[in-house]
Amino acid sequence: MLANVETAATLGIPLLTLLVVLPLVGAVMVSLMNKAQAEQIKLVALVFSLVTGALSVFMLAKFPSGQAGFQFVSQQSWVREWGISWHLGVDGISLFLVVLTGVLFPLVIIGIDPHHDQKPYLAWMLLLEAGVMGSFLSLDLFLFFVFFEIVLVPMYFLIGNWGYEKRVYAATKFFIYTMAGSAFMLVGIVATAFLARRDIGYLTFNLVEIAEKSNFATGTGRWLFVAFMIAFAVKVPLFPLHTWLPDAHTQAPTGGSVILAGVLLKMGTYGMLRFGVYLFPEATLWAKPVLFTLAVIGILYGAVAATMQKDLKRLVAYSSVAHLGFIVLGTFALTSQSLTGGVMQMVNHGVSTGALFLMVGMIYERRHTRQIAELGGIQSVAPIFAGFFMVVMLSSIGLPGLNGFVGEFLILIGSFETARWWVVVATLGVILAALYLLWAYQRVFHGEPSEANKSFPEITRREGLLLGVFVAAIVFTGIYPKPMLNRIEPSVNKLIEHVELRTDYQQPVSKGEVHGEAGE
Amino acid sequence: MTDLLWLLPAFPLVGALVLMVFGRRMGEPRSGLFASAMPIASFLVTMMVYFDLLSRPSEERSTVVTLFEWMPVGSLHIDLALLADPLSVTMALFITGIGSLIHLYAVGYMHGDPNFSKFFLYLNLFVFSMLMLVLGENLLVTFLGWEGVGACSYFLISFWHTRNSAAVAGKKAFVTNRIGDFGVMTAMFLAFSTLGTISYSSINEAAHSGALAPVTATAIALLLFVGAMGKSAQLPLYLWLPDAMEGPTPVSALIHAATMVTSGVFLMTRMSPVLHASYEFAPTIIAVVGAATALYAATVAVAQNDIKKVLAYSTVSQLGYMFLAIGSGAYVAAIFHMITHAFFKALLFLGSGSVIHGMHHEQDMRRMGALRKLMPVTAITFIIGWLAIAGVPPFAGFWSKDEILLYVYANNRFLYVVGLVTALLTAYYMTRQVIMVFYGKAKWNDHASDHGAHGDFTPHESPKIMLFPLVVLAFLSVVGGAMQLPFTKKLHFLEHWLAPITEESEAHIGETWAYHNKYILLGVAVVVATVGILAAFAVYAKGKFKAIEPKVLEQAWYYDAGASKLVGGPGAALFNGIAWVDANIVDGAVNGTATLVRNIGGTVRKAQTGFVRSYAALMAIGFVAVLAWFIYRGVA
Repeated sequence: MLANVETAATLGIPLLTLLVVLPLVGAVMVSLMNKAQAEQIKLVALVFSLVTGALSVFMLAKFPSGQAGFQFVSQQSWVREWGISWHLGVDGISLFLVVLTGVLFPLVIIGIDPHHDQKPYLAWMLLLEAGVMGSFLSLDLFLFFVFFEIVLVPMYFLIGNWGYEKRVYAATKFFIYTMAGSAFMLVGIVATAFLARRDIGYLTFNLVEIAEKSNFATGTGRWLFVAFMIAFAVKVPLFPLHTWLPDAHTQAPTGGSVILAGVLLKMGTYGMLRFGVYLFPEATLWAKPVLFTLAVIGILYGAVAATMQKDLKRLVAYSSVAHLGFIVLGTFALTSQSLTGGVMQMVNHGVSTGALFLMVGMIYERRHTRQIAELGGIQSVAPIFAGFFMVVMLSSIGLPGLNGFVGEFLILIGSFETARWWVVVATLGVILAALYLLWAYQRVFHGEPSEANKSFPEITRREGLLLGVFVAAIVFTGIYPKPMLNRIEPSVNKLIEHVELRTDYQQPVSKGEVHGEAGE
Repeated sequence: MTDLLWLLPAFPLVGALVLMVFGRRMGEPRSGLFASAMPIASFLVTMMVYFDLLSRPSEERSTVVTLFEWMPVGSLHIDLALLADPLSVTMALFITGIGSLIHLYAVGYMHGDPNFSKFFLYLNLFVFSMLMLVLGENLLVTFLGWEGVGACSYFLISFWHTRNSAAVAGKKAFVTNRIGDFGVMTAMFLAFSTLGTISYSSINEAAHSGALAPVTATAIALLLFVGAMGKSAQLPLYLWLPDAMEGPTPVSALIHAATMVTSGVFLMTRMSPVLHASYEFAPTIIAVVGAATALYAATVAVAQNDIKKVLAYSTVSQLGYMFLAIGSGAYVAAIFHMITHAFFKALLFLGSGSVIHGMHHEQDMRRMGALRKLMPVTAITFIIGWLAIAGVPPFAGFWSKDEILLYVYANNRFLYVVGLVTALLTAYYMTRQVIMVFYGKAKWNDHASDHGAHGDFTPHESPKIMLFPLVVLAFLSVVGGAMQLPFTKKLHFLEHWLAPITEESEAHIGETWAYHNKYILLGVAVVVATVGILAAFAVYAKGKFKAIEPKVLEQAWYYDAGASKLVGGPGAALFNGIAWVDANIVDGAVNGTATLVRNIGGTVRKAQTGFVRSYAALMAIGFVAVLAWFIYRGVA
């Protein structure tokens, strides 16, 4: 029995299960096909990812705006004696991440061809999609862990087999680093379930049940929180656990980088929210100052490190450290605006940084280099490409009217009340974002093109359409974020109420109630 | 009529979008003329809105048009809403008016540029952003425009980006402005956290009613002023503006003289009740920064030889004057000077552009001279602009400058003296410029070959489409003072018009010595301007004295060079240091741990990668098996 499904939407079909299983079936089918049938393999992969994407959009359309609880819940008991179940559900916090996953994968599969061995590449891609979907949809701790770990495997092979010069080093580092983090979480998950048994009366891995019914001793809760948090902090990545990221990003094939930045990193921030804050409210409040500090260090440090990179892809990778810092800050500031902004920014960052990696990939395809010093003057020879890059860059910088600003602004204005001085320092990061991106733009696009860059081809129709999807999302979300905010906010508020109920935390009430209507 | 308010920004926005898609196909000059039609259409709508407001009683001259809810989250309600009131309509009038003229001028100026249509796309986008800035009903809509004009300024400064200096200048402008944006953003956070709103009407009402504590008001006002220092090029953030002259001259006239750089003055006027509710030291800081900037930039302008650099420093100096006014509680005078300055400085910039155009892209005044005969219209209009900025009655600049000095005298006599010295220097360096460019001996032939011209090179007058805006602006520079004449209260047209916004915050000087003796101050101003002009004549026309142009002034007191050294030296070293720490210490610890574990484990080297590989593969198989079982159990 679930306490919070009173208003949940249900459909005749097991929608969420399909979202996870379809890509998995696709992966299996692709791996069973004859690798000589390149066209058919691609078609199969495309169909499975497209149908999954279409279903995720269908889910978005059916998702009732203004509802806080989990929707489309599907629950099947698995290992009854241990209380493990196939338990999926979606709420405002995961909704757009699921849609982003559903849309991003087909785009990557259509838009970017691997250089060799298409069959295993596509199979790993689809398995990756299943893992990511599962992670965002799982409401069972054990199930979540399974998906969280599954993701590592395809990513490892994608980097290791289709990556660049130092791919093996980067893949190994990614794998071991993340595994090490997950080890803590596995212990944490098992301990959480067994300790919660005392309060609940039976063993269960059901997230909602544990969160609502458990009552951990202060010290216990904090230890468990830390165990979870280590795994998520590596994934985000939070300073100083971030050094796997520049290597993994830089060495991954373009498709891998887009997925890595687009959705994989969000499993960390999502996990912090869904498991960290939800399961351990007291520990969340206890750890807040440390997490704020690490987030803000990440914002400045990531930006500074990005500024000095000589490799364009590495520069974009470091910018993720800074951007994810904003999200972590908003997550733990625990106000309606900061959390809504944080969830929104997870999606925004996926769109803009995904697009940036896509374009860096396009540059590499054309020039076979990522070194900023070897590029230059591209705006003169490929103005449309430069125009796309400019829009995406401005979104990443946080220009009002584009998506990045909405999330960043909501995070900062919401966190100001509960994390004032951290916000003041974080706002300085806004200056640095302009510095590293504009400087990179100047060196890559401005100036007179050298001989090698003179023949830089303008984007093709396929590339233009692909980037057009990203830019459309960037502009629409920037100008009219309301539909998105309306769907995120109720779930976020519910989470804050949960924290308020179980601790002495009170979300600061804005004095707006006194003066807010004065101007009308 | 105010229902049509949304059309104001809509025209240039649509223009920009159309040019984005069809600009190249429309070609030259059609894309330019199409783009020019947009601000003209906006101007006509603004006129309608203006007359609509004018027909209402003074207290009803404020209408909010809400387009849609922008960011509604929890207690935060931000609408994309526009506000029509005397201040915003005044701003919109001169933005669209001068904007239209400059669009037309650019059709001639940008003739033959390979990116002709792109230039007009950016100009339209700029006008759109600038209108959002001034029409915003709350701080965030203004900030949308604020950042939009910043981005357009960046695009346009680095328009000729194949020139490295242009690319660098564009970036510098954006990043320096971002430092200011830090202030605007934190001001918004603070306003929301104390009042729960960032709408102007609510904040200002709280400031009026005393609900806003003085300490918070001070903080908000000063943080906004940090933003204003960036956008409006005040010390210490002015650095980007002289470099911004790398952009095409119409851009310098429109963005970096007439409109965008005055946003800071606009913002402080819009929030004047907050400044009024602040501690006394807040306006004082603003006045002092303004006065210091005015004087500093004027000293630098004296020693510049680039025709546009003189005007750039002059703009910085005049903006300082406006902040001196704001800090002295003279909001009406600040807006008055903003408008007259927009007339004569746009005129001067466009005139200099006409000279540069006629001189085949020569900007060094030492290579000009005697141009008045060859470029008569440019010369006459430029001379009118010179008289206006130098403070010669009855030209527009005289009245607005005098109004400011009147309030400054009433507020602080030391700053008044600074203002007078600045006025003296202004008259001096502008006279110097006029003499070097239009009088004296013709020097262009000595250097003709430097700029690609041949032996028989003669500068030529510009085409009519460029001269028309000059004539209109010259006319406005002559009569512009009429909107606020000092003689009787009745003639304070601008003051009455802006009263709903400024009345309660405006300094009351009716009982001061300065007010009762305003004609003495007027006389002093005339004397000062005359002395400046005569001194420059003596030095540059008659050669009676040797010109004083020390290197330290030419180099702007070495402030820019010093700042560059700081950024390029210790700044870059710090950044590099952090990047080094990341690669070697933070990541080094990770790799070190890995090595340690491997050695302790006694695993042989060969195993490392192969081990992870097979482990990953095993994991994959394991998970698939687990999942299969999962599904099996689930189904069963």
